[in-house]
Amino acid sequence: MLKFRQVNCFVLLGRQYLLHNKHLHTKVPLVSTWNNLKNSENLPKVPKISKEQIDQLERLGLVELNNEEAVDRLTEAIKTANQLHVVDTEGVKPLDTVLENSAVYLREDEVTEGNCKKEVLMNAVKTEEDYFVAPPGNIPLKSKNKG
Amino acid sequence: MAAPMRSITFACKFCGREFLQNVYVTRNISLYNYSTKHQSSKWESVIGLEVHAQISSESKLFSGSSTKFAAPINSQVSLFDAAIPGTLPVLNRRCVEAGVKTALALKSKINQVSKFDRKHYFYADLPTGYQITQQREPIGVGGQVDFIVFDPTVSKEPMTKTANLVQIQLEQDSGKSLHDDEDKKSLIDLNRAGMALMEIVTQPDFTTGEEAAGFVKELQKILQIIGTCDGKMSEGSLRVDANISVNKPGEGYGIRTEVKNLNSIRYMVKAIEYEIKRQIKELEAGNKITTETRNFDVNTGKTIAMRDKEKVLDYRFMPEPNLPPLHIYNSQSLPADIPSDRVVLTDQLQINIPELPSEKRNRLQKKYDDIPLVTIATLVNDDSLLKYFEEVIKDGKRNVKRVASLLTHQYLGQLKAVEMQAEDSPMSVEDFKEFYDIVDADVISTETISKVLALMLLRPGSKVKDIIEKENLYQITDPEEIKSLCKLIIKNNPKLVRSSKRGKVAAFNSICSRVMKECQGKTNLHKVEETMEKLLKEEQI
Repeated sequence: MLKFRQVNCFVLLGRQYLLHNKHLHTKVPLVSTWNNLKNSENLPKVPKISKEQIDQLERLGLVELNNEEAVDRLTEAIKTANQLHVVDTEGVKPLDTVLENSAVYLREDEVTEGNCKKEVLMNAVKTEEDYFVAPPGNIPLKSKNKG
Repeated sequence: MAAPMRSITFACKFCGREFLQNVYVTRNISLYNYSTKHQSSKWESVIGLEVHAQISSESKLFSGSSTKFAAPINSQVSLFDAAIPGTLPVLNRRCVEAGVKTALALKSKINQVSKFDRKHYFYADLPTGYQITQQREPIGVGGQVDFIVFDPTVSKEPMTKTANLVQIQLEQDSGKSLHDDEDKKSLIDLNRAGMALMEIVTQPDFTTGEEAAGFVKELQKILQIIGTCDGKMSEGSLRVDANISVNKPGEGYGIRTEVKNLNSIRYMVKAIEYEIKRQIKELEAGNKITTETRNFDVNTGKTIAMRDKEKVLDYRFMPEPNLPPLHIYNSQSLPADIPSDRVVLTDQLQINIPELPSEKRNRLQKKYDDIPLVTIATLVNDDSLLKYFEEVIKDGKRNVKRVASLLTHQYLGQLKAVEMQAEDSPMSVEDFKEFYDIVDADVISTETISKVLALMLLRPGSKVKDIIEKENLYQITDPEEIKSLCKLIIKNNPKLVRSSKRGKVAAFNSICSRVMKECQGKTNLHKVEETMEKLLKEEQI
C-alpha cells in the first residue's frame, strides 16, 4: 500500500510542477475524464472461439494459446474492444493514420547506408559464409521425395 | 516466305575463319503444328498475371543501401533492411517517380493521394514479418497495354490484343533464400530485401501462354524505353506469377492456382500450357482443383505443388503507421500548402515519356500500309534497325515492302548468326542500297542473298560487288547450264527420278534440292523445277 501512495505522490507532484511552470503545458487532464460503460448497454455478444480459429490465430501470429486462461483472456479482450460499438460513426471517414494531414517526406536517391555486414550478422545465432541460416521454408514437393 | 535453302555463315571462335553451313528444308514440311490445341476444345482457359518489376534506382525503396546486382552476400543491407528495432522507413523519391512514370506509360489513372500498407506473413527472407506495399490506394489504378501475339497454332498472322490492368503499386522486395535440402536449412541473403518493386496486376484477360508472352515482351520494351526497369528476367529484374484457371464456356471462372518461379518467357509459356492441361485432366477425371501455389520445375516441364499446402492465407493488412500519405499532383492541381520536397509532379514525367512501341507500330502501319504487321513489329523492336530502314528508303527509289522484308528476314538473320547488334553492323546504308539494287536486278539468286550478307558482315569495309566477284556468286541464268546441272543429278539419282516420275512430290523436291546444292544455290529454284519437269517428261526410263 505504501508503494502505491508513494507513486501517487510523485504523480501529483509532477502535475503540480507542470501547473506552476508557465512554459510547460500538458494536454493530459489532471483528473480522469472517462466513464465506465454500464454492462446493460446492448453490445454484440462474444461467440465461443472455436479450435480452428485458435489454430489459425496461432499460425498467423506465432503465439501459443494452449490453455484455458489464454483463451479467456482473448475473450475478455474482444469484449472490451466491442465497447467501441457505442460510438456513432455515421458519415465519418475512417482514419488510418494520425499523420493523415501530412505528406510523406521524399529522400533523394543516393547510397548512404549498407556495407555493415558485421553489424547485420551480429545478432544471428547461426551464420554460414556470410549467410543467415534458417530452418527450411516453403519448398516445392519433388516427386522423388514422395514417401 | 521460307526459302527452301538457308545458308548460315559461322566464324570459328578460335581462328576466326569463316565457314558456311547450308540447311535445306523441303517445301512440304508443315511449319505449323496443330496438335498442341487443347485436348477437349470445350474448355476455356483464363490467365491473369502479376508482374514484379524491380525499379532501376541507386538506393532501395525505404533505405539508403545500394541496389547493385551481384554484390557480396549481405553487404548491401542497412539496419532498417535487417529489421533491427529502432529503424524507420524513408521513401525514395526516384522510386516514386519511376512508379508514376510507369503508371503514365501504361495509361493508368494516377491517385493523387496514395497510401502504404503492411502485408503480414512469416518467412525467413522477410525479416520484419511484413512487407510494406500499397494494397488499398496504390499509385495507379486501371491501365491498358496493346501488344502483339504471334501464335502459329492459332493463326498464321500475328494479332494485336489489349490487356487491361487492375493496378500498379509500389512495394518492397524480400531477401533471397537458397534451399539446402540435404542439411535441411535455408541460407538467407538480404541484399535484395527492401529493393523497390512495381507490382503490375492484370485483369484475367489472357487465354494462352503465347498471349501472356506477348504481353510480357511488350511490357519489357515499355519499361526499358522509359528507363524505369531493365526488364531482364534472367537477372531477376522482372518476375512474373501466373494465376490460371479453366472453365466450361458459359460458366463462371473456375478455381485458380498460382504458378511461381517463372524466370524466362519460354518457361512461363511452358508452365501455363502444362498447368492448363493438368487442370483440364483433373476436372475431366472428376477431381476438384485446390487453390494452391505451384512451382515450375524447369527439368521436367511440370508444375509441382509447394510443400506446405496453404489454406486461405490471411495477410492481416493494416495501414503502415510510419508513413504519411504520398501526394502526387500536376502543376495545375497542386494544393498550395504542400512543400516541394514532399510532392511528386507529373508534368515533367509525362513529357519525358518517349513514343511507345504500340504507338510507333500504329504510326508506321499508317505510313507504310503494304508492309505486313509482323515485319513492322520486328522493325519497331530494334530502334537502330528501324533508323537504318528509314535511311535506306529515304530517297524513295526502292520498293519499301521489299527493303523491309530483306532487312527483317535475311539481314537480321545473319546479324543474329554472328551475334551482332544492328547498331554495330559494318554494312553502311549505302552498302545496303547497293546490295538491294543487285538483288533487285537478279544478279544473284534468292538463295545467295544470305551468303552475301554474311560475308559483308564478316569482312567490314568490303563492297558487295567485290564479294560477288571474288566468291563467284553470280546467278546461273544460262538455261543450257541449268539443263546440264539437272541432267547430272538425274544421272546420279535413278531411284529418286523413278519416284518423281511416279508422282512422289517429296522425291521431286529432293532432286531439285540436289541441283541447288550442286551449284551452291546460285540459281533460281523455279527455273530448276521447270527444267527438271521438262527433262523428266522427255526422259525415257
